[in-house]
Amino acid sequence: MPFIDADTAVRSEYDVIVVGSGAGGGQMAYTLTMNGARVLMLEAGRKYDPVAETPMFQTPEMAPLRGSVTTDKPFGFYDATVDGGWQVPGEPYVQASSDPANRFDWWRARMLGGRTNHWGRIALRNGPYDFEPRSRDGLGFDWPVSYADMAPYYDKVELLIGVFGSNEGLENTPDSPAGCLLPPPKPIVSDLLIQKHSAKLGIATIACHRAVLTQPLDWKNSPAKLHPGNRAAQAIIARDMQRRAACIWATPCGRGCLIRANYQSPTVHLPPALDTGRLDIVTDAMVVEVTVGRKGQATGVRFIDKTTRKDRRATARAVVLAASACESVRILLNSKSAQFPQGLANSSGKVGRYLMDTVGSDLAGQVPRLESLPPHNEEGATGGHMYIPWWLYRDQAAGKLDFARGYHVEFGGGRRMPEMDTAAGLEWLTGGTYGVKFKEDARRYYGSMVYFAGRGEMIPNEQSFCEIDPDVRDQWGIPVLRFHWQWSEHETRQAAHMQKTFAAIIDAMGGRVQKPAESDGTKAIHTGGSIIHELGGTLMGSDPNTSVLNKWCQAWDVNNLFVADGAPFPSNADKNPTLTIMANAWRVGDHILDRMRRKEL
Amino acid sequence: MDRRTTIQWMLAATGALAFRGTGAIAGAATSTPAPRAQPYGTDPKLVEIYHPGDLWPLTFTASQRRTATMLCDVIIPADAISPSASAVGVVEFLDEWISAPYPAHEEDRKTVLGGFDWLEAESARRFRRPVPGLEAGELGQICDDICYLPRAGSQWVAAAKFFARFRDLTAGGFYTTPAGRKDLQYIGNTPLARFDGPPIEVLKKVGLA
Repeated sequence: MPFIDADTAVRSEYDVIVVGSGAGGGQMAYTLTMNGARVLMLEAGRKYDPVAETPMFQTPEMAPLRGSVTTDKPFGFYDATVDGGWQVPGEPYVQASSDPANRFDWWRARMLGGRTNHWGRIALRNGPYDFEPRSRDGLGFDWPVSYADMAPYYDKVELLIGVFGSNEGLENTPDSPAGCLLPPPKPIVSDLLIQKHSAKLGIATIACHRAVLTQPLDWKNSPAKLHPGNRAAQAIIARDMQRRAACIWATPCGRGCLIRANYQSPTVHLPPALDTGRLDIVTDAMVVEVTVGRKGQATGVRFIDKTTRKDRRATARAVVLAASACESVRILLNSKSAQFPQGLANSSGKVGRYLMDTVGSDLAGQVPRLESLPPHNEEGATGGHMYIPWWLYRDQAAGKLDFARGYHVEFGGGRRMPEMDTAAGLEWLTGGTYGVKFKEDARRYYGSMVYFAGRGEMIPNEQSFCEIDPDVRDQWGIPVLRFHWQWSEHETRQAAHMQKTFAAIIDAMGGRVQKPAESDGTKAIHTGGSIIHELGGTLMGSDPNTSVLNKWCQAWDVNNLFVADGAPFPSNADKNPTLTIMANAWRVGDHILDRMRRKEL
Repeated sequence: MDRRTTIQWMLAATGALAFRGTGAIAGAATSTPAPRAQPYGTDPKLVEIYHPGDLWPLTFTASQRRTATMLCDVIIPADAISPSASAVGVVEFLDEWISAPYPAHEEDRKTVLGGFDWLEAESARRFRRPVPGLEAGELGQICDDICYLPRAGSQWVAAAKFFARFRDLTAGGFYTTPAGRKDLQYIGNTPLARFDGPPIEVLKKVGLA
């Protein structure tokens, strides 16, 4: 019985408890169960069934308020997120400062699969430079692993979940081995215009990498590459790959996908793991702390069964936290005992430190060439088909830029399903028309907008961290997090550079910017946390005095305790982190299995 | 599941939804308002179809409804291509919007209902008649003064902000209906076997072929 209640879980025996069911937890459970381990997964949110619950073809007039955003559904009514958003009722968090520049906004999703359900599916590999940033420019931290260590796991994750993209041989933008990537979708017309006119500025535009099946997975050949020598695992994944349909080129990925054409943990990682018969899942299980035995070993976790509000304890040989970077930090800091008075795995005092997000800045423009085009379907894989990888490595190395790290550019356009804002705020183009003229203007400008979003690397700093608030508790009685945040000039200057770049591209296309490019980076940059690339807090490193985890994401202080979400990341490259979270979780899972075989856990 | 099965199944699903959706909007005006104003919460049922008034009571008075109807049809009148805003349920939508129990919507409620009051007073001042008695041209004279904030006289600034917001809400309500999507010639939300990218005539028009 895969989904079980808390009482049954408490009575059962497990090799590993995995806390969290998103990208890290999903991959960890997959890796462990496919190789024989018995796993208990605890998820704080409710059970979620994408097949029954995904609003695939609903149109805005079927939703309250035409599907537009509210405080209950901050990414719109049809966003897949359940019981989540910038605030979760009954589960507050605290800002250490009232200054907006020092805010950290924390997006959570209390549901099976967590944030993978609404994820943008951008799946970029970190490049070789991204694992040794300190060696290159003296800032931040190197990873205790290299690109060569991680590459085989990137290959496997791409084969397993399905990622489209192309190999371009660009600097620090890794190619995948033949057969790993699915073919990218055809660009839409605004993509092609952006590509043509960016090239005049020396900027290369290439196929994006996203976790969407542009064709069925290779269920005949991939299973043997994923699980060499493991016939049972090969059979399970071959069967499951055949149950996933390819993209039907409609309906936004952020709603979830009931035909399983994109990646979300409950449609891709969890079904084969459940098919092994070795995964039990308890939902509505809010983990409070990791419990510790007399020798300082993790014995399991204490959690609150939200359905009965009762305290429960589950036990296992090892514990893996994958609850999201900040939630994993919270669990460790709340795991206080006589042996570990400052929280578990925290002898370095570094738990909660070096919290990171991605630098974000956006600009929109209008392009006359795209006005009144012949109507055609531009939905495609319903997200970006192309992107601009960071292109100024040489200028940066030569000291020509006033910030240290790079960014990539995501962009959008096209004749998309009209939403509340499609014909809103057009005065800057129309001069305030109304009546029949307004209707003509709406037709003319529909589909002629382009949007640019920069996504850049933040360097970890001493001022950005989270800790336990001494006073506030959530509705379960669990102490909550308090956030401290500060961007450095590397990030704010980078944001200003993004603005200049976007304006230059829009100008090169013969378009006009909706607002002038913001030259003040502190105004151009989005609030901390708002890109939802929450990383850091339990850094992996080579020195127990300055890091929380070793290179296997194993706590220096507790040898059967591991972290497998974004918390171990020593840096936050401009590449969106989810693919790296999965590759790293697979790597760590392999190591846990090795240790179990050697009876070291 | 093979692609053909998927697509047949999806086509069936889309057809069913579209059919149910069309009937729903038409019936909205007569639906009974919900008894209490509660937000829909962080876990609403997503696959259900909702109509204005299902989740919280609609609150326009008869006179506000009349004003909303006149004004949204001044902004989006019927033309050769599509019907007027009020003909496709935009008034009910506006009522749902300004009655919604969320902070941003409560702000819009103040803006919109305050704007209606201002319009009533302005109509009396200029034409010595209530709004429903205005000729189209008379309402147009007022709209001309407030339709573009950057050029609005200082006495019209608040009214111009109201008009801009009301135009955005009306346009949002209109273009998110089947008639609005058809007006913009939106094509999509339908399963495809292949995605071919832009047709050649599109590429020619933008100078890429």
